[in-house]
Amino acid sequence: MYDYVAGIADWASFGLPLEGEHDSGTRVGAHVRTDLATCRPNHRLTEVRERASALRAGKPAFTNERGVVVGRLGRVSLGGSDDVSVEEAMSLGPRTVRPSLELDKAVERMRTQSLTTLPVTRSDGVLVGVLRRDDAERAIQPSDD
Amino acid sequence: MSVPITRDRLQELLRHGAQLVEVLPEDEYDYEHLPGAITIPLKMLDAASVSSLNRDRAVFVYCYDTQ
Repeated sequence: MYDYVAGIADWASFGLPLEGEHDSGTRVGAHVRTDLATCRPNHRLTEVRERASALRAGKPAFTNERGVVVGRLGRVSLGGSDDVSVEEAMSLGPRTVRPSLELDKAVERMRTQSLTTLPVTRSDGVLVGVLRRDDAERAIQPSDD
Repeated sequence: MSVPITRDRLQELLRHGAQLVEVLPEDEYDYEHLPGAITIPLKMLDAASVSSLNRDRAVFVYCYDTQ
């Protein structure tokens, strides 16, 4: 007999599928957008703005060579015209959520903190995608059927 | 005696027909569980409750986390 000591918490936070009344479809991981821009901290802001505008998912996330999220740009930096490196402009340690977080709880958090997007990362910090508040709010609305 | 195992190894062995047993209370199993797992709450774990398991295939038990 084997013991998966880390348990369901580890499994779910890695974005792996769940079954049950609150299966994967009710979690953040099923609603993330993956068509997002990722950039390295040494990229220039001009390049980042071009990438971000070409994608619908909005603000880009900044990852290191292992795909781990290391920072995020605020609206002022992204919308400005400075051409410094991302490293100089980004804020470190951005707030992220796990793919296993229940979608209604993510919406509540985004409303409370006035967030329009949330980066979603696995338990090892690797970027999964971005949850957009409008997508999430639509998904938790009861259907008309 | 049980042997600790990682997520990666678990996924690999599940692909080869290993069996999964969640030992949390049944209402927690109903709420969420790993794909293909069966429920045998820890308090009910005895010779009778595990009799449905195939002795020729590896068995993995899990709960919520390391606590």
